[in-house]
Amino acid sequence: MSEPRLVEVRRNVLKQNDVTARALREQFRTAGVFVVSLVSSPGSGKTTFLEKTLTQLQPRYRVAALVGDLATENDAVRLARSKAPVKQITTGTLCHLEAAMVQNALQDWNLGSLDFLFIENVGNLVCPSSYDLGENLRLVLMSVTEGEDKPLKYPTIFNSADVAVVTKNELADAVEFDWDAALRSIQSVRPGMQIFRLSAKTGEGMEEYLNFLSQQLVEHRAVAHI
Amino acid sequence: MHELSIAMGIVDAALDESQRRGVQVSAVHLRLGALSGVIKDALMFSYEVACQDTPLQGSRLIVVDVPVIVFCPHCLNERELPSVQLFACPECGAPTMDVRQGKELEVFALEIQEETGHEVEVPESEVQK
Repeated sequence: MSEPRLVEVRRNVLKQNDVTARALREQFRTAGVFVVSLVSSPGSGKTTFLEKTLTQLQPRYRVAALVGDLATENDAVRLARSKAPVKQITTGTLCHLEAAMVQNALQDWNLGSLDFLFIENVGNLVCPSSYDLGENLRLVLMSVTEGEDKPLKYPTIFNSADVAVVTKNELADAVEFDWDAALRSIQSVRPGMQIFRLSAKTGEGMEEYLNFLSQQLVEHRAVAHI
Repeated sequence: MHELSIAMGIVDAALDESQRRGVQVSAVHLRLGALSGVIKDALMFSYEVACQDTPLQGSRLIVVDVPVIVFCPHCLNERELPSVQLFACPECGAPTMDVRQGKELEVFALEIQEETGHEVEVPESEVQK
């Protein structure tokens, strides 16, 4: 005869990912590279935004990017136009990046030769929120065409992010984008988050955001080399 | 949907624990935080799929929902958030990002069938050696 009994175990399901992410973060710290991950919905303009970011940082900094995509290499091809080193992580059917995938992709890279590394996650506002990639800054991108209440629909990913960028501002008037409502919904799910409003296409607002990144790099290195 | 890979992680953890103890698992108890980024219904479905052709086939997944608890800097107290759409103290309205609970994704207990014949027990005579 057998009787059911309850035994306590306490196992964090994502422990392996968390351990790998911690190792990556330590690797980034010792290399002095500042790592930004980008999350957004599909079609929010993430690749254009990243392409402009890489291009405009390049005169002053050594930059590179890892790009997660479900099946194609289109994004990597587009980003390669920036002349920065770009590597594609094709995730197949997986809807998010995991720390081990980042670790594998970086195996043959000399991180010490970089100032900034950008990790573009798969276009998805749900799944990536569960996985720490060891990044120093998680940037959530939304475009004015997606509507002001996007943060309220996907609170977990906005809450897990460090900074928000609202892009495609050149279309704001055409879609009657309500900036105050957008600010309110972001602040509601992630109080105190810094928000940049810009247009990757026209370049409007890019400078403030790029200056912010430069400042983050300085602070990262000041802490890393104590 | 990343719930299938999460479910496979749950099955791996439960199998590992059950094999170490030499027991058969009939149910897995999981603490699921409101901020874990995991959708419960999708997880329940994925769990069945992940259990197929493993010793956990036929076992149940019992999910305990864990609400978000924040620390209110104004009331100086921990408060449960009624909704993850508003990170503010439900008593005084002060915004807060001081999250004390709600990101859990943890297998915390296994319901086991103890089959006396298979139990791994250290004989008393071995304990002192």
